[in-house]
Amino acid sequence: MILGIDVGGTHTDAVLIEDLKVKKKAKSPTDEKNLINSLLDVTSELLKGENLEKLKRVVLSTTISTNAIVQNKTDRTGLILVSGPGLPPSLLRINEDTCFISGYINHRGIEIKTIDQNEVFEIGNYFKEKGIQHAGIVGKFSTRNPCQEMTIKDIICDQMRHVSLGHRMSGRLNFPRRISTTYLNAAIWDRYNDFVNQVLNFVCQWGFKVPVYILKADGGTVDITPSVELPVLTILSGPAASIMGIVSMFDRREDAIALDIGGTTTDIAIFADGVPLLEAFGVTINGYKTLIRGLRTKSIGIGGDSMVKFENNQIIIGPEREGPAAAFGGPYPTPTDAMIVLGMTSIGDREKAAKAIAEIAAKMNRSVMETAQIIVDNTCKEIVSHVTDMIEEINNKPVYTIHEMFEVKKLNPKALYVVGGPAQSIHGILGKLLGCPAYVPEHAEVANAIGAALARTTAEVTILADTERGTLSIGQEDIQNAIPSTFSREDAINVAIQKLKEKAVNLGAREEDIEIEIVECQEFNMVRQYYKAGKNIRVKVQIKPGLIAGYKRGNGIC
Amino acid sequence: MLKKGRKTGLVFFPAFDWAISPTHPEREERLLYTQDQVFEEGLLDFDNIIEYKPGIATTDDINRVHICVPDAATVITESHLISAGGAITAAEKVLKGEVDNAFALVRPPGHHAMLVVHGARGFCNINIEAIMIEYIRKNYGLKKIAVVDTDCHHGDGTQDIYWNDPNVLCISMHQDGRTLYPGSGFQEEFGGPNALGTTINIPLPPGTSDEGFLYVLDQVVLPILDEFKPDLVINSAGQDNHYTDPITNMRFTAQGYALLNEKLSPDIAVLEGGYSIENALPYVNVGIILAMAGLDYSHVREPDFNLDAVKQSDEISRYIKQEATQIYSRWKNRVPLKKSLVGNARYSKRKKNIYYDTDGIREHQEETVRVCDGCGGLVLIDSTSDRGNRIFAIIIPRTSCPDCRQHGEEIYALTNKREYHYVYFQDKDKDIFLVDSRG
Repeated sequence: MILGIDVGGTHTDAVLIEDLKVKKKAKSPTDEKNLINSLLDVTSELLKGENLEKLKRVVLSTTISTNAIVQNKTDRTGLILVSGPGLPPSLLRINEDTCFISGYINHRGIEIKTIDQNEVFEIGNYFKEKGIQHAGIVGKFSTRNPCQEMTIKDIICDQMRHVSLGHRMSGRLNFPRRISTTYLNAAIWDRYNDFVNQVLNFVCQWGFKVPVYILKADGGTVDITPSVELPVLTILSGPAASIMGIVSMFDRREDAIALDIGGTTTDIAIFADGVPLLEAFGVTINGYKTLIRGLRTKSIGIGGDSMVKFENNQIIIGPEREGPAAAFGGPYPTPTDAMIVLGMTSIGDREKAAKAIAEIAAKMNRSVMETAQIIVDNTCKEIVSHVTDMIEEINNKPVYTIHEMFEVKKLNPKALYVVGGPAQSIHGILGKLLGCPAYVPEHAEVANAIGAALARTTAEVTILADTERGTLSIGQEDIQNAIPSTFSREDAINVAIQKLKEKAVNLGAREEDIEIEIVECQEFNMVRQYYKAGKNIRVKVQIKPGLIAGYKRGNGIC
Repeated sequence: MLKKGRKTGLVFFPAFDWAISPTHPEREERLLYTQDQVFEEGLLDFDNIIEYKPGIATTDDINRVHICVPDAATVITESHLISAGGAITAAEKVLKGEVDNAFALVRPPGHHAMLVVHGARGFCNINIEAIMIEYIRKNYGLKKIAVVDTDCHHGDGTQDIYWNDPNVLCISMHQDGRTLYPGSGFQEEFGGPNALGTTINIPLPPGTSDEGFLYVLDQVVLPILDEFKPDLVINSAGQDNHYTDPITNMRFTAQGYALLNEKLSPDIAVLEGGYSIENALPYVNVGIILAMAGLDYSHVREPDFNLDAVKQSDEISRYIKQEATQIYSRWKNRVPLKKSLVGNARYSKRKKNIYYDTDGIREHQEETVRVCDGCGGLVLIDSTSDRGNRIFAIIIPRTSCPDCRQHGEEIYALTNKREYHYVYFQDKDKDIFLVDSRG
């Protein structure tokens, strides 16, 4: 038995899952100030009469972090940046409290210029003066060597409520993204911690003795206790839940396309060998490009309620949505109305739908049925053209080796999964246009809850070994070890796997859910003055998004 | 959050699995730290910097430029097809209007590859800029093109390919050939009889700094470009003039490279040499990309930068000033020069001994050009290498006049194919490439 809770901005939903079915559902309003009551409210009915001994885990998904950022309900945050040579401060500044100090770590993680402690003291005074209690410290190449970030933190941490460190956000290179990620982490830290405290209090009141997880943007889960240091991991977990829902319904190892057709927009996601693709660099939220691993989705301005117009001899669908479909009292004709007119669905008031479509038909000088067909066809064609663009974009992703230029497999989707209002009506047309069989999961809403509830813990570890310097660094984990000159690529892979296992367990993974993939593995001879001076070895390993062991299935197709 | 500038295309292909040999400067590691720096600076996140995957050039693309002995497939590796393909991709993105300019940050380089290719010289097998230029001339019909080669080594391959082409202006600024490979590129090298002045060489003394480079740019390169009025400007963007480069002796800086790029404002830049892989390339490339995209590069500096250490001497400044005056006046005098150099000759000949340092091949070549006022002139090449191959090539130039074409076709028909190992017929206008093998 798994308890799944989705804490939204307005409502909190809870589901109790047993044997891959939703046994019970409940909903109650979210009171952010008094979240614990909302949680108790929603679960009291749900768990009444249940044997809590059978409970295996609790998984929460929340929009707390996302909403805080989108609605600017964030704390004032000071940033200390060690930017060194490169982009000018004007292109890096994120807010009025962004401060720059001298110092530099280069691409190999070598400290080229030390920091000036007096500059840090001065900034500390400025923060004090302005009442700033949250800080982010970010250095260029700090993932290669976090020593300067640590020194700065030691100087100012006593006077701050919390300090977020850039190198902990991700093992990836991208200084501007590291800055925005660290900023967001610091700015939502209080709010998220408040959330976690209330959840833990709630768990305590029920006396649950099972792991409690939070869903992340990459469709993986993380134990709630370690999540407090990195609240930014929980941003944009909403789309992740619905994609994991599809994974839970169709556990098939093939390339596939998933479409979530809503009222205003359609979200596209792509699966490679059954695993949802991740964003190359990280997710974007409210204009902030981050380093947070997240599922790669593309949102297009076309949905069931998109406004349909006839202008300049052309049918135009969306991107505006001016209300529900005409069949439900909306002001304009929509693709949903066209589907109703064609009898593809029996929802709404058919007469109102036909009346709205007739306005377009008159302008086009065609019959209502013909017009409705054109609208449905064009809606599908437009969605499909975005899907094809996205696949082409993925297949044309730049690669940096000759091997990849000639050998890397291209995506070739073998299945289409469609969820959302119009799914049942148009999945067939979409499948035909895309040349693959189309499936609609039963009860998509339930699929989301199951998807989140069954998602396994994901993690990533990035290693740089430099045998000329004799160091192995995993910046994100604060690891800088000495290595012998004979250290090899195989040694690096072994260390990476070991560290990833440790990390995953710390984040709440069960041993049986740790399925490791080597994402990157490169080894370079370092030659100085015509002699081989050492090796530069780069390894990245990950646990991909997927379901926890023991819950695999592939029969949810209707 | 981020300031917008021009739209710049970036074709990045570091060929992380290709080297000439494990410890060669042209090895896997060469662009590793550049990649680190470009990624860490987040340059690919700018809305106006767009990364493209390189295309793959074909043997037709190569045969449009070179006479490869015995054939293109033998003298190249897959990596060369990708670096040439990357240059072509960069050009196409510009010509299709998807971006305003583009930088092909690719390897291996190409500017030492000459018209005839018996093997590799100066780390180059095929000339990636020339392959790109001929591709775009064929597909986009551009007429006048200028190549400004800012690599520290004389761009002798590009010069050789366009020696007789009055529509391609090749300007090379480089360390004086008396002090560096390939030992050529003196101001007297000024183009073939029908293309005098469309080869310009600016040799610079060892120790030249930003000041000297920018002086010749302002006093020679930009004024000549203004008068030549090219449809497209290409920068052969070698990065080995840098003060930390291990195989050269100049004092150019990352700031200097960025400023040069901003002033030159090339439509397409293509990476050539540059072997200070840790201390120069990461910063020089970030500087060039920012400059091309119209973004503020003023904070791009080498971490060990010291202004006093990279100044040039007063003597060098005086020397460069004098040289710039001579080169510019030679350019001004290019039309009357033809009469005095060529006179009434109908054909003009030059003999060349070419050493392929990378592959250790020696070639003896005799090039004959038909003196012509209507086009670049029919070119005939008789070349023998110490690997035992003797070849003959007949090259009908782009936008050839009817006379040169007729002569070329007649000579091809009359050539005794048994006399050579291979006879090549290259017709640029008709995009024809024929090979006869004695086989």
